[in-house]
Amino acid sequence: MSENTPFPGAPQHFPLTRWSVVEAARSPDAHERQRALDTLIGAYWKPIYKYVRLHWRKNAEQAADLTQDFFVKLLEKHLLERFDPARARLRTYLRLCADGLVMNADKSAQRLKRGGPLPPLSLDFETAEGELRQLPLAATDGPEELFAREFARSLFTRGVERVRAHCTQQNKLLHFRIFELYDIDGAAKDLTYDDVGRRFGVKPTDVTNYLAFARREFRQCVLEELRKMTATDDEFRREALELLGLKLA
Amino acid sequence: MTWIDNAALERLRLAVDSPDLEGTRYTLIGKLGQGGMGGVYRVADRQLERQVAMKVIGVADAAGELARRLLQEARIIARLEHPGIVPVHDSGTLRDGRPYYTMKLVEGQRLDEYVSLFPAISDRLRIFLRISDAVAFAHARGVLHRDLNPANVMVGPFGEVLVMDWGLSRILQDSEASNTPVPPLQDSNAANPPSAGTGHGTVLGTPGYMAPEQRAAQPVDSRTDIYSLGAMLQFLLTDGAVGPAPRALLAIQRKATAEHPGQRYQTVGELAADIEHFLDGLPVRAYPEGPVRRAWRWVRRNRAWLLLLLVYVIVRALLIYFRTR
Repeated sequence: MSENTPFPGAPQHFPLTRWSVVEAARSPDAHERQRALDTLIGAYWKPIYKYVRLHWRKNAEQAADLTQDFFVKLLEKHLLERFDPARARLRTYLRLCADGLVMNADKSAQRLKRGGPLPPLSLDFETAEGELRQLPLAATDGPEELFAREFARSLFTRGVERVRAHCTQQNKLLHFRIFELYDIDGAAKDLTYDDVGRRFGVKPTDVTNYLAFARREFRQCVLEELRKMTATDDEFRREALELLGLKLA
Repeated sequence: MTWIDNAALERLRLAVDSPDLEGTRYTLIGKLGQGGMGGVYRVADRQLERQVAMKVIGVADAAGELARRLLQEARIIARLEHPGIVPVHDSGTLRDGRPYYTMKLVEGQRLDEYVSLFPAISDRLRIFLRISDAVAFAHARGVLHRDLNPANVMVGPFGEVLVMDWGLSRILQDSEASNTPVPPLQDSNAANPPSAGTGHGTVLGTPGYMAPEQRAAQPVDSRTDIYSLGAMLQFLLTDGAVGPAPRALLAIQRKATAEHPGQRYQTVGELAADIEHFLDGLPVRAYPEGPVRRAWRWVRRNRAWLLLLLVYVIVRALLIYFRTR
């Protein structure tokens, strides 16, 4: 058998969506470009806002304006189309774009004028501000670490919401509740599977099966979200190794 | 919208990274370590009712370079049935698409931790010989390890020595080639740090133990491993060892770690033979001796006989002396 022959049953490709915001942003189809921008905004607006607040020490109002301006500039200056995956990963590129925007705003010492094709985005800055208040800040965090952690948080939040939606659709809300208990609330740390089973009125083996199901869904959702936010297989792999391998707590 | 604090972020990260063992005969017990290629987990084999170690690649690379390397590693270890090489039990693909293999669970210590218990150089050299034996066996099967270092050797509870981490290993040829150069590994994962932890992880070579040709990404052969063995010998001679290393041993180490492969030992067997000679008090190839030193060594090796001879001569002389008085 050749050394390159896969294990029996091994899939040739990881079963993930190959759609990427970077490719979609270059699409001739306006709908596809808009979809790319919406996806990007969904994943990145909180990391950008928090990054501007914490790293650049802007107040809430300034940070909200700069976050809005960031996405306006992204569209106006075709920044996504100009992104070169061979030179940087998308996350780093966007952070550097945010740095440039803040520095330019500081230089001109005036708020940037919004305009162009995008109306002000409907972003819930109050929620983001509330999350910031709950965040214990590590003094040693550099800009890259800070932005990476907030992007991972955004990614995981989207993953959790997708799992919740899937479980709701498939009438498996109990699966989600058990996942929430173990992996989000962390409240099952001192509980046995018997304890959790009694609490939810299911067998201990069901607890393990439900948890495994929800975790599998979550893994799939997170990797799909990450796939969307990367331009190449190599970038995807490096991002996954870094973001999913980060010691975040 | 769910708020995910830092602790939840870490729990979710672990949930993503943990192998999905549903549909297999294994139950996850815990994580043993993390290397550049992926994680190693302690799992229970429900069918055979025993615990084994499971190596699984990182979640993002199920069909990529790391998956290919894991597959290669499993197959290489499987062809190396030797008491000094951890045996592979099983392999397959998890439901999440990640390939894995299981191997004997080694409940021991890494060599770099273990040697602190054994400061005597002779004890350390005996361990070194067992490592060399496993590496020589691999070379005879046409396999280069390419990442020999103290963190990749485990010493088990009964003193068994196991060479781990064959993730960078390379098959020279299907025939039993020894010094046939193979091209360097072009790896896309070069940013990963060297492995630490259990010694089960995978790296692209460890600084301080990589031969110059490996560092320079030039073709490597069995003498590349010999360089790494020489660097391990240096570690064993210096790290907490009792007293300074004898000159002959230092000469062996220098010869094994010569800059140019042609100046090194050409086989692991030659290196091991020199170590055995040293332990037996015999001259070693790496340390040519002058006539005086050779004579002194002869005297030291035969001191019992010489002592008897001396006693005989003295007694004989005394007898002659007393008879002639």
